[in-house]
Amino acid sequence: MKISTIRSRTVVMPSTNIDTDQIIPGRFLTTTTKEGLGAQLFADWRYDAAGKAKPDFILNKPESAGCRVLVAGRNVGCGSSREHAPWALLDYGFQAVISTEIADIFRYNSLKNGLLPVVVDDATHAWLLANPGAEVEIDLDSATLKLPGREPVRFPIDPFARYCLMNGVDELGFLLSKDAAIKQYESRLGA
Amino acid sequence: MSAAKTMFEKVWQAHEVVPETADTPAVIFIDLHLTHEVTSPQAFSLLRERGLRLRRPDLTLATMDHATPTRTEQVFGGAPITIESAAKQIRQLELNCADFGVELLGMQDERRGIVHIIGPELGVTQPGKTIVCGDSHTSTHGAFGALAFGIGTTEVGHVLATQCLLQKKAKTFAVEVDGLLTAGVTPKDLILAIIGKVGVSGGTGHVIEYRGAAIRAMSMEERMTVCNMSIEAGARAGMIAPDETTFAYLADKPRSPKGAAWEAALTRWRALPTDAGAVFDKTVQIDAAALEPMVTYGTNPGMVVPVSGSIPDRRGDPVFDAAMKYMGLNPGEPIGNAPVNVVFVGSCTNGRISDLRAAASVLRGHKVAQGVHMLVVPGSQEVKRQAESEGLHEIFRSAGAEWRESGCSMCLGMNGDTVGKGEYSVSTSNRNFEGRQGVGARTLLASPQTAAASAIRGRVTDPRELLNG
Repeated sequence: MKISTIRSRTVVMPSTNIDTDQIIPGRFLTTTTKEGLGAQLFADWRYDAAGKAKPDFILNKPESAGCRVLVAGRNVGCGSSREHAPWALLDYGFQAVISTEIADIFRYNSLKNGLLPVVVDDATHAWLLANPGAEVEIDLDSATLKLPGREPVRFPIDPFARYCLMNGVDELGFLLSKDAAIKQYESRLGA
Repeated sequence: MSAAKTMFEKVWQAHEVVPETADTPAVIFIDLHLTHEVTSPQAFSLLRERGLRLRRPDLTLATMDHATPTRTEQVFGGAPITIESAAKQIRQLELNCADFGVELLGMQDERRGIVHIIGPELGVTQPGKTIVCGDSHTSTHGAFGALAFGIGTTEVGHVLATQCLLQKKAKTFAVEVDGLLTAGVTPKDLILAIIGKVGVSGGTGHVIEYRGAAIRAMSMEERMTVCNMSIEAGARAGMIAPDETTFAYLADKPRSPKGAAWEAALTRWRALPTDAGAVFDKTVQIDAAALEPMVTYGTNPGMVVPVSGSIPDRRGDPVFDAAMKYMGLNPGEPIGNAPVNVVFVGSCTNGRISDLRAAASVLRGHKVAQGVHMLVVPGSQEVKRQAESEGLHEIFRSAGAEWRESGCSMCLGMNGDTVGKGEYSVSTSNRNFEGRQGVGARTLLASPQTAAASAIRGRVTDPRELLNG
């Protein structure tokens, strides 16, 4: 999968510290595949005890349909290393997550699956929270976030991760290409 | 003369297969890959799809802990596993390990246990190693001076296939713990206080090194409790310099180096601690002597107060307000008023033998309060055998607690060991997130001593009240 530009309205979930247990609760981790996890995304916020959609939860509102960009409160993705979190977000249809801080393991896991983690400054974040449903554009090549009526904002992204995302390069393939160096390391250290 | 280096920098540099450049991350060699049933199936599928083999079976070790039952009849007696998907996941791990040649400490193996408990028990966790596992509490192994961190399933696949990871070098963060912990105050209380101070994202992008008198005075098991919860401060790894305490712990472990290899290892390990004058990117200081037993009141591990204290009043802060609503607690109220329905002693944070001894020392001669369900789950089968040889299980049972087989159990409730909706659980585990221990469960994190004291009184209790009386 190659990614260059994402254009979408935003869904805003302003809660701070949205952890991976919220993104996908532990009881759904007994799966042995990646497929279908979107149905359980935010399960405990999204459904009642009978499994019925809670009408006041943002993803259950009609205006959220088709949105590809999730604006989260500060520090999203903390907690467990479960890659099921980005798998669930992607399976549901999200392509990018925006916050002021994104937890390390979740950020790594997201980049490896084509879910774009976008870290923005406080002022941009405040604007995004105040303007749910805004039509935004994320341009990966220039690493900019374009917001209606505002100056484009640069966001940090690891150049290698960007290269891999834009060219559909698989990191495992890159690692496998280093086989000679790995062999040399192993024989040098007797590792 | 080379510049002064931190322990993290030394371990990092020793494992650079290809150094980081402006355009590419470093290729880092992994000395030990631990794996379990939950975060590995899709990685093995990736290897199958690509026609790849396991590169280093000798550096790979699997066990099962998250989805496994803790009832003896299900582990050893052939009773069916209640959750069908969990049973399937366990069977899948057995199949994957057989297909790819991974050593598996399976369901009935006497060495089975929580992956972060058995690594040190076996002696495969050693100073200076790079250790990874598809599990965020891999930070536990940093207590030995290893660089140990959690990875996602894609990275599990990378390590299976290449024994390497692509990584950007983290920043360094010194947590200096001066003074000594006082009686009844434990390493769990210390790490909760540290998370309260630095915040749940304070360590993001950093590797923590815990330093200072209080850390030096700790046993290995205590150091593991501290490093375990580094991830709860946002840090992917936490490290403690190896010393005589570390070497004494490892000396008689089954897979630690022996003979001349042990002597050579000691020489390497003694060179690991951070050099005098090395600079950390960030430093905080904390006075261990001033700490009290701590307990969380909210829905992240940074929302913590002394057991003798009160819930703060931060009304108007949306995080605080949401936590109060979920927890059903009131701003300004003494945390000692909080009711207790369930007490869980166990997990990779506090499931080792010293933790069970600590809980038993409080419980001895007491009963669990009426209406409180207490579950004691040893961190490994080795811990279970040791506890039973000391008679700890009889103390738990005669107090009215349940005594189970090892596993992650109620820390995350994946195996069906859950806390009911709206119930209050005083838990020695590591996360108090909404729903972590079951849908609608309300978790208060605490030490084994505080958990045991709270079980006896049926409300959150300072263990020093019972230890002194």
